[in-house]
Order: sequence, then structure tokens, then C-alpha cells
Amino acid sequence: MASNQSTPLPLLAASGLCKSFGGIKAVNDAEIQVGQGSITGLIGPNGAGKTTLFNLLSNFIRPDKGRVVFDGEQIQQLQPHQIAQQGLVRTFQVARALSRLSVLENMLLAAQKQTGENFWQVQFQQHLINKEQKELRERAMFLLESVGLAKKAQDYAGGLSGGQRKLLEMGRALMTNPKLILLDEPAAGVNPRLIDDICDRISGWNKSGMTFLIIEHNMDVIMSLCDRVWVLAEGKNLADGTPSEIQNNSHVLQAYLGQ
Amino acid sequence: MVEYLIFLAISTSVFALFGLGLNLQWGFTGLINFGHVAFMTLGAYTTVLLSLKGVPFILAVPAGAILAAVLGMIIGFSTLRLREDYLGIVTIGVGEVIRLVVNNQELPVGDTWTAGSFGVQSYPIPLSTLEPNMFIKLVMITLLTVVAGISLFSLWRWVRSATDNRQEFVLHLIVGILLGILAVAIYISGAISLYDYKPNAGLMLVSLIILALVFWRLEIMVRSPWGRVLKAIREDEEVPKALGKNVFWYKLQSFMIGGAIAGIAGALFAWQLSAIYPDNFQPQLTFDSWIMVILGGSGRNIGTLLGAVIFFTYDALTRELLPKIFPLDADRLGAFRIMVIGLILMVLMIWRPQGILGKKEELTLGK
Repeated sequence: MASNQSTPLPLLAASGLCKSFGGIKAVNDAEIQVGQGSITGLIGPNGAGKTTLFNLLSNFIRPDKGRVVFDGEQIQQLQPHQIAQQGLVRTFQVARALSRLSVLENMLLAAQKQTGENFWQVQFQQHLINKEQKELRERAMFLLESVGLAKKAQDYAGGLSGGQRKLLEMGRALMTNPKLILLDEPAAGVNPRLIDDICDRISGWNKSGMTFLIIEHNMDVIMSLCDRVWVLAEGKNLADGTPSEIQNNSHVLQAYLGQ
Repeated sequence: MVEYLIFLAISTSVFALFGLGLNLQWGFTGLINFGHVAFMTLGAYTTVLLSLKGVPFILAVPAGAILAAVLGMIIGFSTLRLREDYLGIVTIGVGEVIRLVVNNQELPVGDTWTAGSFGVQSYPIPLSTLEPNMFIKLVMITLLTVVAGISLFSLWRWVRSATDNRQEFVLHLIVGILLGILAVAIYISGAISLYDYKPNAGLMLVSLIILALVFWRLEIMVRSPWGRVLKAIREDEEVPKALGKNVFWYKLQSFMIGGAIAGIAGALFAWQLSAIYPDNFQPQLTFDSWIMVILGGSGRNIGTLLGAVIFFTYDALTRELLPKIFPLDADRLGAFRIMVIGLILMVLMIWRPQGILGKKEELTLGK
């Protein structure tokens, strides 16, 4: 009993994940665990299979083999949208804004279990839907405020800069009320001043209880944010530990700097 | 003139309805459908054959729409998981398959089986044998007045809604005035023809009411969260998928509903023609509906209406005017008119690539 309490079940635990593209083993028997309430980092040299691992966890690509347990349930047989409904939401390496929708509509889309998303309810429950949308709009504006995009709410999302799109994606992910957010390179292609801003927001959301798994090349971001870091190289686990352990791990240095 | 305006009103509403179905699929969901006429064919034949068997219109038309939706479901299940260009290819094929089936199969026309290529004739058409008394005439004129009133009121609201910039306002004003004049002209002709009752006027009333109802429901649907998911799929289907939306199911719904609307348009089309042959359902109709949708601006229902009006107004004008300007024989004139349509489309794509009512900034947005 006591040991159970000191090491609670991780929120997300994947093991034995494999995926080959033709003859290339992009992910080869990889494992990863994300503790409840943590910010977990996933790093590795280019081509290590980090994004593929994300795709396997969210089932955007089906793994050849392996087991993914999220919040106590096996999810590897679910469809990607079902996984998102369970509370595991991903973002994309190249931020995807829905260009010809407004920033606010991008946010509203993300809300789960909306009455107005059912065709028949649209025909007969207009009043209820309007009321619900009004509440969602308030919540969306609150989140847009917190990512600094409130002034852009009525603009087309396609008009946002790269950094703003990253922020919009994070806002959208939060709007789904998830348990875990997978962030794929939140600081990539973002101007350095905005990076600090993004980091502050992530740690702020984390303090209010959100769990994150982050792929990032910017080591300052990883070292300042993460509780625990997993290192992937050539599709395999190389190491895992606290940021300072990883910084001094000779295997990791070798993988990054060559022999 | 009165006669012609009524013909124009029926044609425009049939094809506006047909185009609205395509606009839901392409303009809002981004699904490429090159076989739209298949849904229309199925709707037309189902309605006509059922009503020859004695089924009332109120059941026959929905049956046609449902069958068209089922066709959409079958096509959708087999192709919507694939990339969109494959959907385009399959739909071309399906459009032709349906036409070839009704051409080569024996069809249950009334009590006998008749070869499809002979077509189907003398089926019942709503309000065609009606001999209305004064009360019924007044009811019909009132209904027409209500439809006209609502249309003019929505038109006025739509013109007023464009206050962001001057250019857009002027455009909306011009379009609004033209549509308004046309609506009034059609209303007057319709009222006159309903008063000294002509069957065509009855069909016009039916078409306009159906068009108004479908337009109204569509506007509510595309503005709802349901419509927002469709638009999100059009922009980038990975995003709604990552946000927990069942993308496949929404695409299927869009395809089925668009098909059902085209099925209803098919019933009206059959009533207008009063005898249908497989040749009435050439692939050309699909591309006419694409022209209407793109002309007005994809993803805007009122744009599709405008596209249909322009299409048939152009048709009417050139039928009268071109022979006076160019002394050509009938065959050459026919080809020439189509060439001019092509020219207009090219000029439009250079001048307003977003369509007449589309928004320019939408084209310049990055992915």
C-alpha cells in the first residue's frame, strides 16, 4: 500500500511501441511514462522518432506493436478522435490554424460534447444551443485572454503569425478540457521573446493542474520546465531522468554531439 | 414575359436547390463531388415512379431524397476515407452509372415495365390539374406574398450587414437591388398567373416554398456548431480529428444531406420537364451547378442563389440578344454561348477569384 502511494500510476504509460515505414524502424520498442500533474520532456536528435511517437500515442499513426495506457484504460485500439475525447489532446509540430475560421471559432470548435454538433439537435434545440454557445464564448474569451490573443478573436486565424498560431493551438487544446496535452515543439519558429512568454504560460497552466508532454529542441525550455525528461535516439529509449541527470549523461551527450 | 419569368423562377429555384446541395459538400466541407447529377437523377426517378404507383407527393419526394442520401452514404463509405481527389474520380463514375442504369434498365412505369430509354411520361405533377376557386387562389397568392416578403426582408438585412467596408457594401447593394427587382418581377408575374390560374404558377409556388425552406434550414445549420465542424474539416481535417470530432461521420453527413437536397431538386426538375429521359441527366448538369457555386462564391448559400440567377438570366439574355448581334446558325450559336460562359468565368477568376460574393482576404491567408 505504502509503495503504491509513493509511485502512483502514471497518467500515460506506453511500452513496447514499434513502427516501421518500409524498412526503416522509426520507433523501435520505445516506452514512455507521464506522471499525473508533471511536465515531461521528450528530446532526441533529429530523426529520433519523437514526432512519430506522438503520432503513435494519439493514434494518428497506428503502431505495429505496443501498448498505450491512458488514465487507467488501454487506448491503442481507439480512433484518434476518441482518444481526444478521453482527454489526451495533441498539438502539431507545424501549428495548424483553421485559416478561414476566426480565432474565436477555432477556440469554440475545440469544446467537447456540444449539443449543437448533433444534426438533429440543430434542427430542434436552437434555444439550448444558443445558450450553450454563449457560455462557451465566455470561456473561449477567457482562454484567449490568457494566451494573449483576445484582441484577435474576430480575425481570421490564417492571419496569425507562427508564434501566435502556436499559442492558438495551446488555447484550443485547453478548450477541450483535457487531462494531458502533447505539445510538439511549442517554441520552434517562435521569436525568442515570445518563447519566455510561452514557457511562463505552460508552467502557469501546470500549476493549476494540467499535465504536459513536450517535444522540444530548445534545451533552455526543457531544462527550465520539465520535471522529467525522456531521451529518444534512433527510435529507441536512450535515457530518462531529471533534467540535470540527463544533462550529465554521457550516452545523451554522445548521441547529440556524435562520437 | 410573364410566362418567361415563371419559367425562369422555376429553373432558378430548381438549380439553386441543386447548387445548395453541392455548396454544402464543396463550399462548406471541401468534398469534391463531380457526380452531383446522380443524386438528382435518383430523386427525380424515385419521385416520378412512386407517384405513378399512386404514392402521394408528400411521401414520394422524401423517398427520393432519402434514396439520394443512401446513395451518398454508399459512395461515402467506400471513398471518404481516401484522399479527396479519389472521391472526385469515383463520383464522376457514379454519376454516369446511375444515368446508364436508368437508360438500360426496364423501369416499373405504372403497372408495366418499360425500357428506361423510352423515358417516363404523364406522371402526376403537383397543382397541375387544380381548378382553384377564389379562396384557394387567395391562399396561394398569400403564400407567395409571404415567401416574397421574407426573401425581400432577408435580402435587406443581408445588404445592411455589410458595413465593414465601402466596397463590400456597394457590391451587396448592387446585388441586393438586382435580386430585389427580380424578386418583385417574379412576384407580380406569379400573382397574376395564380389569379387566372396556370399550372406553371402552381409549380413555381411549390418550388419557391421548398427553396425558401431549404435555404432557411441550411443557413441555420452552417452557422451552428455542426456547420463549424464542417468548415473545420474543409480547412484542415487533422485539426478537428485532434480535437475529438469524428471527421468521417461529419463528412458522411454532409455528403448525404447535400445528396438529399439534390434529390428534392430532382423531383422539381422532373415536374418542370413533365417528361423525363435519361438524356435529361447529362454530366453537364453537374458542371452547371459547379459554375453556379463558384460564380457566387463557394461557402456562401446566398452566393449559390446569385450564381443560379446569373446563370439563367445569362441563358435568357443570350438566347434573345446573341442572334441579333451575331448572324450565326443555331448550332454555332449554341456553341458560342458556351464559349462566352467560359470567357466570363475566366474574367471572373482574374477579377474576383473568390467569386462574386467571396471575400478577397480569404484567398491570401496562409494554410
